[in-house]
Amino acid sequence: MLQADLSSSGSITRIEGPLLFLKRNVNVGLNDSVVVIDEQQRNRPGRITALDDESMIVEVLETTSGLSLSNTRVRFHGEALHFGIGPDILGRVLDGVGRPIDHGPPISSKKRLRIDGMSINPVARETPRDFIETGFSTIDLMNSLVRGQKLPIFSGGGLPHDRIAAEIARSAKLLGGEANDFVVIFVAIGVSYDTADYFRNTMEESGALNHTVMFLNLASDSSTQRLLTPRYALTAAEYLAFEENRHVLVVMTDMTNYCEALREVSASHGEIPGRKGYPGYMYSDLATIFERAGCIKGCGGTLTQVPILTMPSDDITHPIPDLTGYITEGQIVLDRELHRHDIYPPVKVLPSLSRLMKDGTGEGFTDVDHPALSNQLYAAYSRAIHVRVLASVMGTEGLSETDRLFLQFGEEFEREFVQQGQRRSLEESMTAGWELLMKLPISELNRLSDMQIDTHISDRERQQRRGS
Amino acid sequence: MSEARINWISGPVLRATSEQQFHIHESIRVGEVGLLGEVIRINGDEIVAQVYEDTSGLRPGEAVFGSGSPLSVRLGPGLLGNLFDGLLRPLTLEQGNFVKPGIQARVEEKFGFTPRLKPGDQVEGGAIFGTLNSAKGRPQYALVPPWVNGEVTWIDEAGEYPDDKTICIIKESDGKEHQLSMCHDWPVREPRPIKKRMKIQGPLLTGQRILDSLFPLACGGRAAMPGGFGTGKTVLQETLAKWCDADVIVYVGCGERGNEMAGVLDEFPQLEDPHSGRQLMERTLIIANTSNMPVAAREASIYTAVTVAEYLRDQGLRVALMADSTSRWAEALREVSGRLGELPGESGYPAYLSSRLADFYERAAAVHTLCGKTGSVTLIGAISPPGGDFSEPVTTHTKRYTKVYWTLDSTRAQARFYPAVHPLLSYSEDIQSLVDFWKQNHHPDWLKQRRRFLSMMEDQQRLERMARIIGKDALPPRQQHTLMCAELINEAFLSQSAFSDIDRYCSPQRQAAMMRLIHHFIVKSEEALERGVAIEDISSMPLLRRLQRMGEEIGEDNIKAFTQLSHSLDEAFSKLKEGETDAAG
Ligand SMILES: Nc1ncnc2c1ncn2[C@@H]1O[C@H](COP(=O)(O)OP(=O)(O)OP(=O)(O)O)[C@@H](O)[C@H]1O
Ligand SMILES: [Mg+2]
Repeated sequence: MLQADLSSSGSITRIEGPLLFLKRNVNVGLNDSVVVIDEQQRNRPGRITALDDESMIVEVLETTSGLSLSNTRVRFHGEALHFGIGPDILGRVLDGVGRPIDHGPPISSKKRLRIDGMSINPVARETPRDFIETGFSTIDLMNSLVRGQKLPIFSGGGLPHDRIAAEIARSAKLLGGEANDFVVIFVAIGVSYDTADYFRNTMEESGALNHTVMFLNLASDSSTQRLLTPRYALTAAEYLAFEENRHVLVVMTDMTNYCEALREVSASHGEIPGRKGYPGYMYSDLATIFERAGCIKGCGGTLTQVPILTMPSDDITHPIPDLTGYITEGQIVLDRELHRHDIYPPVKVLPSLSRLMKDGTGEGFTDVDHPALSNQLYAAYSRAIHVRVLASVMGTEGLSETDRLFLQFGEEFEREFVQQGQRRSLEESMTAGWELLMKLPISELNRLSDMQIDTHISDRERQQRRGS
Repeated sequence: MSEARINWISGPVLRATSEQQFHIHESIRVGEVGLLGEVIRINGDEIVAQVYEDTSGLRPGEAVFGSGSPLSVRLGPGLLGNLFDGLLRPLTLEQGNFVKPGIQARVEEKFGFTPRLKPGDQVEGGAIFGTLNSAKGRPQYALVPPWVNGEVTWIDEAGEYPDDKTICIIKESDGKEHQLSMCHDWPVREPRPIKKRMKIQGPLLTGQRILDSLFPLACGGRAAMPGGFGTGKTVLQETLAKWCDADVIVYVGCGERGNEMAGVLDEFPQLEDPHSGRQLMERTLIIANTSNMPVAAREASIYTAVTVAEYLRDQGLRVALMADSTSRWAEALREVSGRLGELPGESGYPAYLSSRLADFYERAAAVHTLCGKTGSVTLIGAISPPGGDFSEPVTTHTKRYTKVYWTLDSTRAQARFYPAVHPLLSYSEDIQSLVDFWKQNHHPDWLKQRRRFLSMMEDQQRLERMARIIGKDALPPRQQHTLMCAELINEAFLSQSAFSDIDRYCSPQRQAAMMRLIHHFIVKSEEALERGVAIEDISSMPLLRRLQRMGEEIGEDNIKAFTQLSHSLDEAFSKLKEGETDAAG
């Protein structure tokens, strides 16, 4: 590849935040990658973000601390940022821009790929249909995840999103398949070392470390670098999925830190801020990350994303969760109140959604009655919540008999269905679901057909169950 | 061809200087690979342009070539049944798994041509000169470009030809000759000419009960569909694209998900148009500018789509255009405006947002076309308001220019009540013009029953607030009755799953039958209440479950079952005894 190793020194006119302003004395292109070399010969990666006839702006992807105008050199690569990857990336720990930090050998560069990726040709996309069993009823039965989907976890500070993500990564499998089917790419974006370590230990315990790759941009690393970490990681993921035909699961935490970095860098560029100070292009920018999930016709591998974000002040209308929700294929929302009541996983079922569920569940995929059961549980639980609001005002006395049954259903749904001590198979989740519905009058179950009621809920069966 | 040199680049916007002449909205080719762009501003010898493809690697000093004509698309027989990018370049499997910048793809394909004119015939712009057949799309007409008038001097015989071959020659009275192929170019930002606008003729039937029966949309009308994320905009748009009774669907995925586009491509070829019995994909054209594709092309994709829609309309077709989502288009406008350093208005949108929206929706109409037929373009735009807040600029401005407003409600969506159109926050200004349609279709009481349904749901809202304080059981029987009926209208009539094989489409006959049946129940139960039957006895009638599930259980091929159900209803009510609950207790 072209390596126009031009370098320039003494051309820097200004340093401001992560940005270097240079005189343009070499012929370089927009987005080209550069290396900024300081007095101590330390290399810092960067890229060109704006250009005119006389000048250019370089965004340094690490801290600019210690750089000076005169003794800093800039080397130009003549191409956009690339990442050299090979199959031996599995089992490795890398920093936020893909450099090994586990004292192992360098990674072989079998293929050099642009970290920005390219949009998947919509015609080449294969509709994601393969149901992934995560072991959580609220996901498997209510908001099913399929291979090639991007399904974020909307969480809040202090909620157990890392644990949920680690458990998904550790035990996700296809129906009837083995766990450990997946290559897991863990992407730490501005999180603490503990979080990364927790994840690493979980994977190690389950013996899955040799098909895990970790990209670590920790809280102490520069925020400009944070903008690149998911891109390096997804480039590796695309390589493994679409070149090496592996099923890749990418867990990214915490996308909120990514967005904060985006806001910071945008402000340093002097751009007009949008809602809450985030740049107007945040939607498009996030889309270039999330849209990299998918399945491609004729490729054996798939790329599934489970990004995690913490909603600032638990507000789902905040621009970060809001724009994410507009891009991803659903969301799993965690709830502080459930957490306070010791319910694990504290999944708030009503605002959670999986848009690809319809393509990967039901006849031929999971169970014929899976979609109807999920729908009925949703309808019943939302009625229960409605009654709960009523009861909170006037107490349970004014409630009708049926409403009281729903109120109780709501409690049990949270305690016995949402809450789970251990992994449940889809079948076990469904059984738990049918059992809850048996406690409601049949006349209220209008999302179920007569046949479904006969098979799963009829009186005869109720009796039998009571008898046994 | 004029030429300029780049002197500044930032994202999708560049500035270049030139001694030569450029025009506003002229399309340009940029740099070595020939990226497609458009001039958006001229200032002295400097032009400002937006580039529709990834500008990575572009450098100052590189050349910009003017094309001499405004950004245009090629309109012809190869459109239907295919998928295109925002600039109407076909996306095909041959291009590989990833979209690369600078594509100039053309699909080599032949189309059947049958002449409809002979030498010596006089024609005017927009006239039909032949019929066209393609392997993938429905039959179409070959149109004389709107700017051409004169005498046919030669026309090819029937046969299979590529779409750029000359198949007809027309000579103007001044002797100027035009060589016509099956295609012609048209600038996307300019509405295509028509003979005359028409008054609204009838509804665009969508097959969705809450839309057709409560908030109908006229053919040639415009509808807005605002809703927060996950409320069902895309599913509803796709459902309309599948089952509405338009002749042709132009579906533009503007800044949305790649998987959704793939889903449409996957599903449509397997579905059958309930009106024509042909494969759905034959009448469909998809424009895909997914959220991770370059932003400027997103801005153009809406115009591309409406231009294609007008072209198909000009052949005498009823065209429906679904745009998902116009908010992404507005954001693209905002982003480019920001890069130009324009003064930001409300929420950072440029001041001309409102007039651009007006221009777009103005292109919806039912018309007499130049070729003497009638055609229409109906526009249905989804809106994705930030934070689900409907007071933001895109929603409020769109509301001014559309006549039908379908609000998608997140509470309904969270309860998995679909379509999540909120009956009290939606409206249609096309109602009056559609009364005749329902009259002719055996539902003379439509307007009355519609009003009844809506007022019951309004009462429901009020009563529920009251019930929250005093308890539901404390409400007088008549009000409990209202609550029960409103609930029934919701469950039995308004709820309709897009994924149910039986209920995804509901014909006008079936809608009318269901509406009448529910109305009948309301009347009957009122009577029963009057004569002293206890409300509990009515609300515990086993028949209610049959009504609630009738959408799922009684399909298009069994409409007489509604009459039977109506008889069983009469029977059940006649058996209800006055004051029995107390006596039995
Ligand atoms: N009419 C319907 N019938 C059945 N399910 C529906 C219907 N409408 C929506 N849904 C369910 O809701 C989910 C979300 O709908 P959809 O993707 O259309 O939302 P959206 O409003 O387009 O969201 P976004 O703005 O993020 O694109 C769908 O995946 C589907 O499961
Ligand atoms: Mg959508």
